[in-house]
Amino acid sequence: MKHSVTLDKDKCKGCTTCIKHCPTEAIRVRRGIAHITEERCIDCGNCIRVCPHKAKKAVCDDFDRLKEFEYNIALPAPSLYGQFRNLTDVNQVLTAFLHIGFDHVEEVARGAELVSSLTKYEMESDPNLPKPLISSACPAAVRLICQRFPKLIPHISKVSAPFEIVAILARQEAVERTGLPPEKIGVFFITPCPAKVSAGRNPAGLETPVVDGFFAISDIYKRLINAMKNIDEPQKLAHSGLIGVGWAHCGGESNAVFQGQHLAVDGIDNIIEVLEDLEDGLLPQIDFLELNACNQGCVGGCLTVENPYVAQTRIKQLIQHMPISMNKVSTEPKPPSYMFDDKPLEASPVNVLDDDIEVAMQKYAQIEKLVETLPGLDCGSCGAPTCKTLAEDIVQGLASEDDCIFRMRERMQYLMGMGDADEYLPLPFRRRDEEAEKAEQERNEP
Amino acid sequence: MEKLHLHYDVEGNDFIAAGEASGQVKRALRQLGIDFEVIRRCAICMYEGEINMVVHADGGTADVMVEKDKVTIILEDRGPGISDMELAMQEGYSTASQDVRELGFGAGMGLPNMKKYSDSLEINSEVGKGTKVTMVIHIPG
Repeated sequence: MKHSVTLDKDKCKGCTTCIKHCPTEAIRVRRGIAHITEERCIDCGNCIRVCPHKAKKAVCDDFDRLKEFEYNIALPAPSLYGQFRNLTDVNQVLTAFLHIGFDHVEEVARGAELVSSLTKYEMESDPNLPKPLISSACPAAVRLICQRFPKLIPHISKVSAPFEIVAILARQEAVERTGLPPEKIGVFFITPCPAKVSAGRNPAGLETPVVDGFFAISDIYKRLINAMKNIDEPQKLAHSGLIGVGWAHCGGESNAVFQGQHLAVDGIDNIIEVLEDLEDGLLPQIDFLELNACNQGCVGGCLTVENPYVAQTRIKQLIQHMPISMNKVSTEPKPPSYMFDDKPLEASPVNVLDDDIEVAMQKYAQIEKLVETLPGLDCGSCGAPTCKTLAEDIVQGLASEDDCIFRMRERMQYLMGMGDADEYLPLPFRRRDEEAEKAEQERNEP
Repeated sequence: MEKLHLHYDVEGNDFIAAGEASGQVKRALRQLGIDFEVIRRCAICMYEGEINMVVHADGGTADVMVEKDKVTIILEDRGPGISDMELAMQEGYSTASQDVRELGFGAGMGLPNMKKYSDSLEINSEVGKGTKVTMVIHIPG
């Protein structure tokens, strides 16, 4: 798996902010810098959001890559439209792409409308489909399910992602329009998040990547703004409606699936909670479950520039004046097969202590015992996010008990014959002392 | 290692924390690499039993024993006991108070679900003394 989320080693200070915010406990600090465990990372981008030193980044493509192709197509995500102040016409943004080096622009919102109609088809045509159908649009959510909720994999929609469908269509149409061979055409996705970059580089159900490169909204923003200033008469390039553009925010995708009960969830912690409940049969009967790893949906992606709440409000205002939908797939006799992911998703459990259950039980017991001896502060100084994860790492041979600074201190003092280690600890970490507490109370109550 | 023993105390009348022990069991079973369908069944059995103790018995204890081929869940409380076992096992029958029902519990599916999702269910209950529920879920080889 080629991850988009990576570390800039020169900027990383080895602080413990990212390890604390990673929902899959994928990061450890070792020798002063953070390390991401590849098989645990779901590219949600939380670490990029919280890093105070901007040392976590999403690897996208260099703008010069446009030179590699004879004809370049930009595929802007619908969330892009929420990034601009006073935008009343999306054509202003779309036309700007033609001024900054692209030959053609195709909205991903068009793909979103196709996906919405395919999802309806999927739900209607297969009565044996497990309920609820889970949206496949957020790659971070899909990876989370494969890791932690493999039982729910059959619930995930087989429809490809909007940007993949649009990429295939846009390239086909460009070949017909220009007469160029497909490889001379560059197709670039303008992305709000690193998860879509990783998904596009390692497509789940497709044989080869259909997108040639990725530009972060935040990287391309300035070029667009400058170009937009000089456009008086935007070209009519938009052809999608409120359904497609509405995908930019949480709930938009659900609204597009008209029939049945839906539930739209945003934020990775909320997703985890809902999936736990779904697995245990504690959710009410629903037909469609929309999952967005980012708060407020794709407008909350860590590669956007605007506050997600502001961006979401703008999207809602923009779509008020749009037609409902402008794109539909012909499902007679059958929708095109390239619009579905045929390769089944694989379970990739990462939390199993050992393949042999008896060894795993032994390790579990060791971990429980170790946790009791650790201070329980979850301070992160050892490089692991919690005392429990340190215990797990120790048992798996990835860390040592001496990585805990409190344990190490105790041991050193013991070795030096210095008596009770407690006296040498900073105040917050010393043992509770009833006499001291009483004295403190008396001081506070004159 | 032949047997792994996990112990949890379940607080009574704490509806916010209800389900916490079953969540922890689920996490533990995942780390042991146990089949996901078995985990799901254990989680449901444990959750229903836990809720029963919270709603009816002012809490109790939960003990989970994991062995190579089975998971045993023992829930013990000092609650009012079950006076009519046959009635209690009926779907939809519940003695939960109106207050509890308003919180979304007391649908009368607790014991029926525990029976449905476990391979064996044994209930020892004495009115006025308490209830002990033992459930076994087999792990397919």
